[in-house]
Amino acid sequence: MYPTIPDLAPLWALILAFGILLYVLLDGFDLGVGLLFGFAPDSAARRLIINSISPVWDGNETWLVLGATGLLAAFPLVFAILIPALYFPILLMLFGLVFRGVAFEFRQRDGENKRFWDRAFFAGSALATFSQGVVIGAFIQGFQVNGRQFSGGSFDCFTLFTVMTGAALLFGYGLLGAGWLILKTQGELQQWSRRQARTCLLGVLAAFILVSVWTPLMNADVARRWFSWPNMLYLSPVPACTVLLALAELRAIRDASSQAAGFLAAIGLFIIAYAGVAVSLWPMVIPHRYTLWQAAAAPSTQVFLLVGLAFLLPIILMYSAWSYWVFRGKVRADIGY
Amino acid sequence: MSTSALLLSRFQFAWVIGWHILLPAFTVGMASFIAFVEIRWLATRRQAYRNISEFWIKIFAVAFGMGVVTGIVMPFQFGTNWSRYADATSNVLAPLFAYEGLMAFFLEAAFLGVLLFGRRLVPAWAYTLSAIMVAVGTLFSSFWILAANSWMQTPRGYKLIDGRFFPTNWLEIIFNPSFPYRLAHTVVAFYVTTGFVVLGVGAYHLRRRTAGEEGRVMFSMALALLTVLVPLQVLLGDQQGLNTLKYQPTKLAAIEAHWDRESRAPLTLFAIPDARTESNRFAIEIPELGSLILTHDPRGVVPGLKDVPPEDRPPVAVPFFAFRLMVGIGLSMLAIIAAGWWLRARGVLYGCGWFLRTCEIASVFGFLAVIAGWTTTEVGRQPWTVYGLLRTADSVSPSLTGGDVGLSLLGYAAVYLIVYTIGFRHLLRLVRRGPGAATAASPGPSGRQGATIELLSRSTALDRATEG
Repeated sequence: MYPTIPDLAPLWALILAFGILLYVLLDGFDLGVGLLFGFAPDSAARRLIINSISPVWDGNETWLVLGATGLLAAFPLVFAILIPALYFPILLMLFGLVFRGVAFEFRQRDGENKRFWDRAFFAGSALATFSQGVVIGAFIQGFQVNGRQFSGGSFDCFTLFTVMTGAALLFGYGLLGAGWLILKTQGELQQWSRRQARTCLLGVLAAFILVSVWTPLMNADVARRWFSWPNMLYLSPVPACTVLLALAELRAIRDASSQAAGFLAAIGLFIIAYAGVAVSLWPMVIPHRYTLWQAAAAPSTQVFLLVGLAFLLPIILMYSAWSYWVFRGKVRADIGY
Repeated sequence: MSTSALLLSRFQFAWVIGWHILLPAFTVGMASFIAFVEIRWLATRRQAYRNISEFWIKIFAVAFGMGVVTGIVMPFQFGTNWSRYADATSNVLAPLFAYEGLMAFFLEAAFLGVLLFGRRLVPAWAYTLSAIMVAVGTLFSSFWILAANSWMQTPRGYKLIDGRFFPTNWLEIIFNPSFPYRLAHTVVAFYVTTGFVVLGVGAYHLRRRTAGEEGRVMFSMALALLTVLVPLQVLLGDQQGLNTLKYQPTKLAAIEAHWDRESRAPLTLFAIPDARTESNRFAIEIPELGSLILTHDPRGVVPGLKDVPPEDRPPVAVPFFAFRLMVGIGLSMLAIIAAGWWLRARGVLYGCGWFLRTCEIASVFGFLAVIAGWTTTEVGRQPWTVYGLLRTADSVSPSLTGGDVGLSLLGYAAVYLIVYTIGFRHLLRLVRRGPGAATAASPGPSGRQGATIELLSRSTALDRATEG
């Protein structure tokens, strides 16, 4: 029926990669803000911290839904294998997101249990972040597959490696969140955010080193990709950029006049880490098993959604940007309804 | 795959969607109600409208937030517990879910931020537009999710290759035979649900004299809206019944607990359906009325459950009783509206104690009817996920053990009970506070940076007081 459809699988892989990256960056910073919230010095700081994300978190989380349904639409085989394999990390992530999502409302309306909801907001953010880190680790690690279905056990995804990536993401989102708070706050709270950013940056760099050593040791394909000639030369910008971005981040944290640079450098670090994982695995979408062509949806499905996406995505980005613009500037304590 | 994993996965899905659907059942209608009131406020500048809108926006925010987080759970269910269903149907259904995200969720999320926090940051027209956009988003969402659900009930526009569905015609997939009826019936159900909540809350404040003008405006608006929508809903329900008769005869037979195909079929008011003996016990029947209602002809032929082998039949008692509950609620709604007009004609609408009390109780009617109707249509679809083509038993993830799903179900049970208990308590508290009260205390100064410090110190003191 559609005889001349070009190969859309790589384009869809790019679109999804973009969607998931946007999710990681956007919900990453507001989950990170939720993590730092747990260490905030006093209730005035907590109020400002939460106000800095309350108008935007819902939109940020929507990218997760788009990521999940987009994956289901473009690469259904990946969805059907990955999601059951990640049964418990996803369950814990959802619980985390539920508690944290309702805490936005409940903490201001539930005076006698405010403490509980403040803790739920922190713990929910931490649980969701850790679970997402486990998901990333499990994805790199690979899955036991039989035909078109996952055939391992529901607890296979919890290994030392995935627990490490879970912990690493806590620092990663913490760094994004601290960058956001530097941008959105001033005075003492900003100083405090800079200190948090420094701690998180150390954690992130340690995680980078651990993952870079551990992954090639764990997997021969990844080792060959990175450490064979001439790949090593082509891929050398990746570690080089990482070092430069880490230095830029450090400078932004130290320089008291810098506002947005810390957030931007943290975003840069995330993009480079993301690219690193992509380089290691491309073009496999179920690592070490299926390529993106084997996992792709029917061409008609890909075209049908692409038409709408091409039209809607720019509009979404436009009005989402507008809603960020409405709440631009340093955060206020008095927004509310 | 174990049978316990299948059974528990079904319980889990029923649990998470049952709680979730209560929120859209309210927020879809409430978004439109808020948009309507905001338009009235923009046009008339009558303070009561603004007070009503601000009152409901607070309630909407809690319900919508809970709806978002319980909604995120839903697409993941398809993967975690129903991966074979996901693999088989995704080429057809996944774009519909994705379009829901693209057209609805982003729209709602972006403009909700402005609706909740931006009244003083954007011009009045942009604020009203944001309210409209949120409402439009909820309707887009209903459109796509009901298109997907309807396709599972009445699949069209596909070809089946090696047990997987491939799209052949997208218009047939989206506008499948049961979709227009289901969309109309469901959206009107959501509007009616909201209408009865507004009516009940208005009644509560009228009875306690805690909201003068606002209470009367709310109460009267809701009554007018329901006068149109509830009779309309009866007609739409009848149309959906005809549609089910045509495309899902076995489901219809289960709804009516009707075992043998026959013309001049009776209407069974009450019975205990018994699948073992393939008959009803303690049946109370009215002759020929079944054929008349279902086919609009007293001699019409009504299908029977025995038309298909036992393994293709749904559990009869669940849709049978759920359907009767839904219809019973619908009839009581009609009675309440009729009583309201009778009292209005006598000029005592706002002061009639027993009627206001009844309206307060009726504020939960819409939710009960939605759950009952949803149960009817979803359990009636069994034993299939895609009607007649893909069995529920063949849809579940093969890797799961009963222990896995038991553990996750326990988790969902605990989390939802906590969140809904507390959420419901908050909603009640907001409802009791009433419209008008909030405006007096709301901060006056506007402008981006203006008065931040003063308000900061005030809110901090408040924070300390509540934390103390």
